[in-house]
Amino acid sequence: MSAVVETRNLTKMFGKFKALDGVDITVNKGEVYGFIGPNGAGKSTTIRVLLGILKATAGDATIFEKDVWGDAVEIHKRVAYVPGDVNLWPNLTGGEVIDLFLKFRGADINTKRREELIHKFKLDPTKKCRTYSKGNRQKVALVAAFAADADLYILDEPTSGLDPLMEQIFQEYVFEAKKEGKSILLSSHILSEVEKLCDRVGIIREGKIIETGTLTELRHLTRTNLLVATRSPISDLNNLKGVHALKQQEDAVSFQVDTEELDSVIKHISSFGIEKLESAPPTLEDLFMRHYEGEESGDKGGAANG
Amino acid sequence: MADTVYHQTGRLAQFVLRRDRIRIPIWLFGFLFFTLIVPIAFLGLYGSQEDRDIMANTMENPAMVAMVGPADLTNYTIGVMTGHQMLLLTAVVVGLMNILLVTRHTRGDEESGRIELIRSLPAGRLANLTATVSVYSGINLVLALLIGVGLYLLNIESMDLEGSLLYGAALGGTGIFFTGVTALFAQLSESSRGTIGFSIGVLLIAYLVRGVTDVSIEALSWISPLGWVTKTEVYGANNWIPIVLLLIGSIILFAIANYLNAIRDLEAGFFSAKSGKRYASRFLQTPLGLALRLQRTGIIAWAIGLFVIGVSYGSVLGDLDSFFEGNEMMMQMLDASGGHSFTEQFIPMLMVVMAILATIPPVMAMNKLYGEEKKGRIEHFLARSVSRTKLMASFLIIAVINGFVMVSLAGIGLWVASAAVMEDPFTFGTLFVAAIVYYPAILIMISVSLVLIGLKPNFSSIVWFYLFYSFMVLYFGGLFDMPTWLEKISPFGYIPGLPIDNMEITPIIILTGLAFIMMLIGFIGYRKRDIEV
Repeated sequence: MSAVVETRNLTKMFGKFKALDGVDITVNKGEVYGFIGPNGAGKSTTIRVLLGILKATAGDATIFEKDVWGDAVEIHKRVAYVPGDVNLWPNLTGGEVIDLFLKFRGADINTKRREELIHKFKLDPTKKCRTYSKGNRQKVALVAAFAADADLYILDEPTSGLDPLMEQIFQEYVFEAKKEGKSILLSSHILSEVEKLCDRVGIIREGKIIETGTLTELRHLTRTNLLVATRSPISDLNNLKGVHALKQQEDAVSFQVDTEELDSVIKHISSFGIEKLESAPPTLEDLFMRHYEGEESGDKGGAANG
Repeated sequence: MADTVYHQTGRLAQFVLRRDRIRIPIWLFGFLFFTLIVPIAFLGLYGSQEDRDIMANTMENPAMVAMVGPADLTNYTIGVMTGHQMLLLTAVVVGLMNILLVTRHTRGDEESGRIELIRSLPAGRLANLTATVSVYSGINLVLALLIGVGLYLLNIESMDLEGSLLYGAALGGTGIFFTGVTALFAQLSESSRGTIGFSIGVLLIAYLVRGVTDVSIEALSWISPLGWVTKTEVYGANNWIPIVLLLIGSIILFAIANYLNAIRDLEAGFFSAKSGKRYASRFLQTPLGLALRLQRTGIIAWAIGLFVIGVSYGSVLGDLDSFFEGNEMMMQMLDASGGHSFTEQFIPMLMVVMAILATIPPVMAMNKLYGEEKKGRIEHFLARSVSRTKLMASFLIIAVINGFVMVSLAGIGLWVASAAVMEDPFTFGTLFVAAIVYYPAILIMISVSLVLIGLKPNFSSIVWFYLFYSFMVLYFGGLFDMPTWLEKISPFGYIPGLPIDNMEITPIIILTGLAFIMMLIGFIGYRKRDIEV
């Protein structure tokens, strides 16, 4: 597999503030790469560096093996971008903006594809952009992006204003693009979306990538949620290695187990006569929370899902 | 490399034109119309050389030089007269047009994230600035040619081809220069408001510096780009050097702007925004406090501006005095005109200009209410426990106080400077009352704005046309011999011109009462109508 996007030790300073602190990401061909992290972690800054909009202070970044700053124009002919906060020209219609964006790539407009997307996303392209809601402006950017025959899609929180139905449509197009061997860099807050769409995930915090890998790989690093009811109360659960976030429910206990300790924990509790056992895989949210809250507030994070 | 930087500049230029396809023709037509109608009107009003010489005589004083610039008054042909009376003021408006439109396409688009979208497409990183600058240089060139050829085609004897083309070139050159100024501030400032503010600041300073130096040491006015405009001496000496200077200046400005754009980050500027307060003060927590806070910087800037304008006009009153003292014929003429000195006779004219300028900030303050509504921020108030009446009243209070402060400052500025330079100065009371007497007219303008916001918010910008109309009829009414009923359509036309006219209390009371009634109607309308979303 060849890398479509590759950054090495990418660093960006805004004055004295270090927005990116040695970011390394790789997006391979035909892959959906999830880029997650809270507000201000450096997602959008990374994306803007990749788009040649911001100039990196140090480090390398390439797309299609070309330099993102020096060859920006060449690269952008094969890249489609959707920002999270789409602002359009108030006195142009949505249709005009879509054509404008498509024309800018220099290629002819695939009218059939354009119409199909407009229809699917239920966009009225004859309205002026000033009258569009946030979601509709987002749709304009998405239609323009998917109507372009790009090899790399850079999507920065692209669904932040969409309703669930439109989110579904969006996901269909991401899968379609992936099937055609295109690459997608998807930055998102919506972890369920990332979980559904992405092959690999990178987690960024304070300008550093702190975790990267496939979801399966990442799950190994995390915990399974268990809900157990036993005939006799389980003793010593608190002191068992790898048990976290222990909570007494009405007639059961819920807790999280480090994946590598799962075997020994199950062996221990089975001796108390299991009546009910529910297990849920760690969600991306657990993962995320663990990384973000873990350091400050111990083990409070996980128990939300289960 | 050049391709990376300038790729798709041509397409972006088309796009700039496409977005301004209505604005540009309106501006161009406006300039052409108002420029061409003037010599035609002068031909009718001042057809003979004697008429024009009388006009030239009244122009020959420092106050007029400060306002419209110097001219060859010994050879006051229709051409020279048009250039003298109109060229500088038109150039200022051309500068303003360029500032507003260029900001829209540069920092305006960048601030709202649209440049980011363009930059994500295969477009060079300097393409947008280059496209905007090219388009507007082109527009100014078109303006220069339209005006030049248009004036020549009027076929007026004293208006030859070279003078006409130079007239156009002076306007176009000023326009290109201010395209450059705006392009530069679009890099330096982080917001479009800042860009417009700084650029208009440069425009006003250029005008004031030119006024002051023209009156004192004329050679010094070469330091002001607007000074260059009058130095062209159109239809006389026809001096092209100022045009060359304007173009060289523009190229330098473009180069600096390009360089700064290349080295800065997107959406960053060089005047950095400082961080603000952590907590809202108690005052800010009321609608009134917020309304004031939102406009604080603008209000302060306008207050300083009006005071400075008052001082500038005041400072020429001393020269005016000594000028008339040495001129016996003038002194005799003055005796015949009811015992008022020439200087006194200038006061009402200065006051009406200052009063109309002082009307701009309070009307802006009132219109801000609708501006906030259009941006969807009024919901934040109305969704909380703030009534519409209270909201509107908050903005009204700011506007009403604002107007009073502005017109007072202009009057005080005039008095301060005149007291320093005149041998026999006016009393403070005379000048202050002469200024403040316009306040009821300002109240009418505020109430027009309010009633439009209350009843027909889409039309709220009509108040600007009304104000512009007031300026045109009161400032040019005398010059063009317009019928007086035209003045009576404007509230400013009812205000007695103190200290020449007698003080009349009736129009003051009627105007104030009318303003009050309109405000009441506006409030009722605002309570009943839908808020735009």
